[in-house]
Amino acid sequence: MSYTLTRARKIQDTAAKALIWLGASLTVGFLLWILWYILSNGLAHVNWEFVSSDYTSIGEASGIWPMIVSTIYMVLASIGVAAPIGIMTAIYLTEYAKPGSKLVKVIRFCTESLAGIPSIIFGLFGLTFFVGVLGLGFSVLSGALTLSILILPVIIRTTEEALMAVPQSYREGSYGLGAPKIYTITRLILPSAMPGIVTSIVLSIGRIIGESAPVFLTAGMVARIPESLMDSGRTLTVHLYKLTQELYTIHEWNQAYATATVLIVVVLVINTITKLIASRFNKATY
Amino acid sequence: MMNKISIKDLNLYYGNGANHALHGINLDIPARQVTALIGPSGCGKSTLLRCLNRMNDLIEGVKIDGLVTLDEQDIYQNVDVASLRIKVGMVFQKANPFPMSIYDNIAYGLRAQGVTDKKTLNEVVERSLRSAALWDEVKDRLKSPAFGLSGGQQQRLCIARTIAMEPDVILMDEPTSALDPIATKKIEDLIQTLKQKYTIVIVTHSMQQARRISDRTAFFLMGDLVEHNNTNILFSTPADDRTRGYVNGDFG
Repeated sequence: MSYTLTRARKIQDTAAKALIWLGASLTVGFLLWILWYILSNGLAHVNWEFVSSDYTSIGEASGIWPMIVSTIYMVLASIGVAAPIGIMTAIYLTEYAKPGSKLVKVIRFCTESLAGIPSIIFGLFGLTFFVGVLGLGFSVLSGALTLSILILPVIIRTTEEALMAVPQSYREGSYGLGAPKIYTITRLILPSAMPGIVTSIVLSIGRIIGESAPVFLTAGMVARIPESLMDSGRTLTVHLYKLTQELYTIHEWNQAYATATVLIVVVLVINTITKLIASRFNKATY
Repeated sequence: MMNKISIKDLNLYYGNGANHALHGINLDIPARQVTALIGPSGCGKSTLLRCLNRMNDLIEGVKIDGLVTLDEQDIYQNVDVASLRIKVGMVFQKANPFPMSIYDNIAYGLRAQGVTDKKTLNEVVERSLRSAALWDEVKDRLKSPAFGLSGGQQQRLCIARTIAMEPDVILMDEPTSALDPIATKKIEDLIQTLKQKYTIVIVTHSMQQARRISDRTAFFLMGDLVEHNNTNILFSTPADDRTRGYVNGDFG
């Protein structure tokens, strides 16, 4: 007896293949469509003057330089707070804590819950606690502290996964040579996990750049270059949000699209840098 | 004959007592000889090996009672685990070089002890690689990644890394099980050279290997040490029926 596919099976096969292709092309298609839409509307209005000049709400100047600087400050300050805490928590969870202990479960439950809370609630908390109770006011610092709580789960989770992916045989080899624990962690385990840790930080940078509500609730919207961490600042995304609130003239539309274009380019650049870093680490070690 | 390691009434339990894996083991390991631990999978030979440098400390829920001495000193009482593991080095089943250069792999253990002097490190790296019969193959590419070496070279690198710490004892957990016959032969020859200086305890699946390279052999079955003797005697005239069955290939 020979086995040939029945007609029904052949149709099923073709239909399944078509659905899979449809799904894949929709994903790619939407990305390209959004990119094309934003870039075709915005690219024409992005120029050096737009990127490098100041902004005033009454319209003498409509550049985005203060927002770019505020965004950079916000990223640096948030990562500066969240990365050390997150990485050390992840090291504790994978290298020190007994697997399955109560404390581990509590930390895990907390990070998972934090990850599921809508970001505006962090904004509300930051507004009450950092801005109000601690008296930090609407400032880059308030914003950065709020955002660092927001990104902490991402950093912990991704770093933890990167550390767990380091082969157990490295640890055995190192302890088998009588190397101290802290040496093993800093010289062997962390370097091996570095691509994953860098990825977690870059993902967090994307998150910081992308947030709006928790940022303007805590860092305010002042469209000037912040002189210190205690000054208010307006990030690019908050700026875009503010622009979309009052789109009356074609000039304002153009500004919004141009800002969106800059944001998209920044995100693409960050993604590319991540890939480069990850592949460079891989080449260096393997 | 002087015993390097002495094991008395050693019991080991996994999972907080749920699984009794080693049953009252008594075994003396003479200095500067090769002692082979043989037996079917799950018989406890690797577990016993890992008691000798306290690698089992890394596993959650392991309980041990009994006595293990190194040079007549109890290794479970008042002993710094790190310095024990320097004295009792270990080579693992699968070669596990670190993701760094050949040079840095060998220097790793010394650097972990705070040695930074370049001259000392260079000397130790060369001496260790020579002792592990790897120097001629890698001397021109000490700075290239260890992962570029073949499986057999990687395992000799791991042996060199262990030798760099100047241990007394080298534990080997099936060091050739992932290697081809030619690479295996090189490691076996190396073991014959190393035993002039070091006490070697090797776990092996291969009875032929135990016969070829060991001076003494201990046969394990389901957590019991059934029999131990000079390798020739154990293989030619085993005292226990179970040993005879295993070395004749009736089971395992």
